[in-house]
Amino acid sequence: MTATKAPIETPSKQPPVRRPGDRIFAGTAKGSGIFILLVLAGVAAFLIGEAIPALTAPSADIPGGEGLAGYVGPLILGTLLGAVLALLVATPLAVGIALYVTYYAPRRIAAVLGYVIDLLAAIPSVVYGFWGLAVLAPALVPFHVWTAEHLGWIPFFAGPASTSGRTMLTVGLVLAVMILPIISAIAREVFSQAPALHREAALALGATRWEMIKLAVLPYGKSGVIAGAMLGLGRALGETMAVAIILSGGAGATVNLISNSNPSTIASNIALRFPEATGLGVNTLIASGLVLFLITLAVNMLARWVVNRRADFSGAN
Amino acid sequence: MAKRIEVSDLSIYYNNFLAVEGVNISIEPRSITAIIGPSGCGKSTFLRTLNRMHEVIPGGRVEGKVVMDGQDLYGEDVDPVDVRRQIGMVFQRPNPFPTMSIYGNVAAGIRLNNTKMKKSDLDDLVERSLKGANLWNEVKDRLDRPGAGLSGGQQQRLCIARAIAIEPDVLLMDEPASALDPISTLAIEDLMHELKERFTIVIVTHNMQQAARVSESTGFFNLNGIGQPGRLIEFNSTEKIFGNPDVKATEDYISGRFG
Ligand SMILES: Nc1ncnc2c1ncn2[C@@H]1O[C@H](COP(=O)(O)OP(=O)(O)OP(=O)(O)O)[C@@H](O)[C@H]1O
Ligand SMILES: [Mg+2]
Repeated sequence: MTATKAPIETPSKQPPVRRPGDRIFAGTAKGSGIFILLVLAGVAAFLIGEAIPALTAPSADIPGGEGLAGYVGPLILGTLLGAVLALLVATPLAVGIALYVTYYAPRRIAAVLGYVIDLLAAIPSVVYGFWGLAVLAPALVPFHVWTAEHLGWIPFFAGPASTSGRTMLTVGLVLAVMILPIISAIAREVFSQAPALHREAALALGATRWEMIKLAVLPYGKSGVIAGAMLGLGRALGETMAVAIILSGGAGATVNLISNSNPSTIASNIALRFPEATGLGVNTLIASGLVLFLITLAVNMLARWVVNRRADFSGAN
Repeated sequence: MAKRIEVSDLSIYYNNFLAVEGVNISIEPRSITAIIGPSGCGKSTFLRTLNRMHEVIPGGRVEGKVVMDGQDLYGEDVDPVDVRRQIGMVFQRPNPFPTMSIYGNVAAGIRLNNTKMKKSDLDDLVERSLKGANLWNEVKDRLDRPGAGLSGGQQQRLCIARAIAIEPDVLLMDEPASALDPISTLAIEDLMHELKERFTIVIVTHNMQQAARVSESTGFFNLNGIGQPGRLIEFNSTEKIFGNPDVKATEDYISGRFG
């Protein structure tokens, strides 16, 4: 009634019609986004706040007496060594498994194999730890001896070979098995979604099956595999129990993968030391946790950057 | 080198479903053969058996013979990969490799054939193929850009360039212009006229005028009912099919009385 007197607006000035469903969805989405940011900020603030005493303390007061860098340095090295080794072993294996399951295996075998690999992800990491300690480590001893003998000139295999097998090499392999299902599940998913349109284009050009995979499947799945690998790397970086069980740790910074003296990893070191830590010891452990947080963050940002670098060519358009 | 294809008693299955039954057809070299017929009658299915793309679909199999210049394409010791290198294909929906540049798309087939080619020779071949597909002028300044960034018609011509770059003997085209505007369609028809100097071309089309315009021979496929296999009803010169067909069903279809 009075509305008739309202000035007639040009359509362009009118706010777009917002339906309740849209509004509720937008609100929920925005809310969840903000919530995640708040949680992240909270964790970061806690880590930084608790780490500050360790960052400012005189180096003699830090456990080990060699300052924070001297304490955390070997742990960073150990963390990266184990995780990168796991990634190097697991990624090609996972890609191979994913390709086999999606493009080579007979359908029935593929289904069973996919299921078995998914089961690997359901095993608790304590079990992996004990398996690594009781089964894999002794079984790998001859391999340790062999690498020390034949590849000893590479710093990673400088030896002397461990006789227990409780080494960074074993840890890396156990971590590889743990992250294998993560990477292969994602790789399988993206490979199976490679568009039939492009697979047929490759085949019609006279591509063999492997060439078809190179032309139409791998490029399409590449960013997915990278994302999966980064998820796996994140898991390997943060893995606590399995590493704590297998590795005795405590050695200084060494890249030697096969000897008895190994650096621990950040996560397992925190798990082992936290119960008895007091005062500045707690702050030091939290500072190491902050470092792990930053490493994981950097890994994720790197992955994003890699994935986005050739977004033009991603096939998403 | 264009080649003749003789198809005899070809039946095509998806698992146990007989999709196309008893096709006999002879495709002349250096000519354009059009395949027409109502939707679902098995035109694409038939076309895909000519370069053994049908068996890529799980459960896809054929009975009968497809002979190209004396060689049975379904012979025991024939590698489908070799067949597809001799018989190229352009699909209904443009499908350039999205992860590759325009240049990379055209060169993809040659790189597959493992022939070590000098960069300059490859450049020449890419240029020749793109010119052959009437696309060169539009893309020569952005060969390193993704092929997926072209318009639909340009993408389809890119796919044609990709197919002719490996110099196949035969070129199969499944409704290559169905997603294109009239101008791009005419461009592709002109292109086919040029290409038939060198290749044997088989084209599936829903567009009667197109079949009448471009082809020398036309095959009409039809099916008697849902669930029935498609059959080749009539195969004749295009002039005859569109002027005075032998079979009543062909005339009905062409004059729009059903289908
Ligand atoms: N992948 C498949 N699996 C099972 N049946 C299929 C498959 N593709 C096609 N068919 C069946 O085969 C028959 C012929 O299909 P085809 O695609 O060859 O028809 P068409 O003549 O090309 O039709 P259109 O003009 O619509 O493209 C149809 O009954 C169809 O349902
Ligand atoms: Mg079709």
